[in-house]
Amino acid sequence: MKVDFDIDLHHLTRVEGHGNIHISVRDGRLAEAAWAVVETPRFFEAIVKGMSAERTPFLTSRICGICSISHTLASIRALERAMEIEAPESAILIRQLAMYGEHLQSHPLHLFFLAAPDFLGTPSALPLLHTHPEIVQAGLQLKGLGNEISSVTSGRCTHPVSLVLGGISKAPSKEQLADLRTKIADSQAALDRTTDFFRTLTIPDFVRETEFISLRPAEGYPSIGGDLVSTDGVVHDENDYLLMTNEYLTDSSTSKFTKVSRESSAAGALARFNNNADRLHSRAREVAASFGLEPVCHNPFMNNVAQLVECHQLMEDATLLIDRLLDMDLRDTRATWKPRAGKATGAVEAPRGILYHCMETDDDGKVVKADCIIPTTQNNANIHFDLHALAEQALREGRTEAETEKLCVTLVRSYDPCISCSVH
Amino acid sequence: MNHLGFKLDKVKVGSFDFTCCEGCQLQLANKESTLPEFLGLIDIRNFREISSERHDDYDIALVEGSITRSDEIERLKAIRAQAKVLVAFGTCACFGGVNSLKNRIPQEEAIREVYDGKKIETMPSMKISDIVEVDLSIPGCPVSKDEVERIMVGIVTRSAVSLPKYPVCVECKQKLNTCLFDLGEICLGPITRAGCDAVCPTGKTACLGCRGPAEDINFPSFEELVLDRKLSISDMKEKLGFYNGFGDYLDHES
Repeated sequence: MKVDFDIDLHHLTRVEGHGNIHISVRDGRLAEAAWAVVETPRFFEAIVKGMSAERTPFLTSRICGICSISHTLASIRALERAMEIEAPESAILIRQLAMYGEHLQSHPLHLFFLAAPDFLGTPSALPLLHTHPEIVQAGLQLKGLGNEISSVTSGRCTHPVSLVLGGISKAPSKEQLADLRTKIADSQAALDRTTDFFRTLTIPDFVRETEFISLRPAEGYPSIGGDLVSTDGVVHDENDYLLMTNEYLTDSSTSKFTKVSRESSAAGALARFNNNADRLHSRAREVAASFGLEPVCHNPFMNNVAQLVECHQLMEDATLLIDRLLDMDLRDTRATWKPRAGKATGAVEAPRGILYHCMETDDDGKVVKADCIIPTTQNNANIHFDLHALAEQALREGRTEAETEKLCVTLVRSYDPCISCSVH
Repeated sequence: MNHLGFKLDKVKVGSFDFTCCEGCQLQLANKESTLPEFLGLIDIRNFREISSERHDDYDIALVEGSITRSDEIERLKAIRAQAKVLVAFGTCACFGGVNSLKNRIPQEEAIREVYDGKKIETMPSMKISDIVEVDLSIPGCPVSKDEVERIMVGIVTRSAVSLPKYPVCVECKQKLNTCLFDLGEICLGPITRAGCDAVCPTGKTACLGCRGPAEDINFPSFEELVLDRKLSISDMKEKLGFYNGFGDYLDHES
């Protein structure tokens, strides 16, 4: 059947920020498939110039309202490496716990409130309050747990206050940490219920060979720092992040695009899983296996499942970390430091993938040059080329315009894009 | 929804974002413990970040972000025309926020730094009230959900809504925190509007003034405090300029 149609989605819903999808079909053939980011830029790399190193993480935090802890810690890592500041071990562990909190907030936000409606055919999660109350309740409990871990470790869940250069300005009390440990244990049932629910959803069958980029630290599942690796076998030092990004500009987007060995690459939970599945605890591994998720998985819709697998990993890692912190002296969590000139990169795994901040300081500790490369920036090209391949597959399968549109928006949401962050 | 036996109508709300991080809107979905009750107060008619349903019959518009491009001006005016109550939601909307740091340099320089010569449309960051009339301001980076809840309850019950007039110091003292000035750090708590529960100084970091000036502040006395303690004037200026809430006082400085 020869068909003509155009899918023009202006300001896609249920994603962070402003992005457009354009699909054009003529005589039953795909004429065009494009992903465009139309967010207004905020020019963070320009406005951070001249700012004191001390204040800089508070500014870069504002790049993103969802992953502000990741941005804060990427800047702190870059500046501490640049100025040779060594934070106490207790502070390093508290920061790590803050990262787990942010992921445990962000993944449920995406899975329940942004992604799940696609699989259940509702315009938002609001109707699910009535149709699936126990699932929404589980989602809220998990998201609430993530926010509480973030608040206890960094003073506030969005735009942290106590993550500072040199360490932590105010450490949590042992009572707060012990309370978190209990709450994590109490939330396991909600996560298990969630996992059973997601197992009932149908993940679209689509594969496009992709190069997946993530951190790979010396040990453990990736979070703060480590080697930069790809599933195509590329390995780089953290400071050589430019070789792992190769940013370029396109005509239609205010966000940049990146690539490594192929025309595009992907970052995020699926990328972390594909590069580090051997680092998962047995429970998370079992959950992955129960969904048929194994490395290297090239189905981008499985990023949703990878996020769920990571929730299991995070709950276990957070508990182990709290046990270590409970045995430590938490009175002195901040090192004094002196400003100096230097340059370094801080790479962290934000919920949506690998995030780089490169910072250069002068003798007074003022930032003279900054570069921030965001996970969604690294996914833009992959989303673009995936849309093309997915639309072609949909046409081959004889799908209607409405079906094709639904597949395309579900695909983009599976990446959990953070668009204003990508433009920054 | 019933209150003391009286039936209360939900208010129709639209939530919109301009140049920002969307962190203020995210607070609407935070504080999970009271989220079902909060959602019981409002009828979400338009909220792109969480729902594909978009209706234009909202009465209250929550507007997050500052304005930095011409298409945003048109979109904002259309929202103003529809809304009975337009709320500047968060520090970017109320004061221009951190985006306003860009206003210190020529726009071409910012474009060159980030886009390497590509043609990109942008203009100096403007607060919402530079473009349209604002009925209510809820400052904060991000907004405090407690305060948003309190204001929304006020709107639903048709009672008066207002922000604290006193400075952050009042809330900080109530928490028995050690004053950051006594620890050798400049904190904007003495001159910044309260309502945040002094979250930053409680975390032992300086208030950067995201909620803008408290009412009737004594700025010369604040400057004197900084000078008396032999603290850095450039540090004070960096803090005052961070969110653009103290523009009048900074201008007076220079």
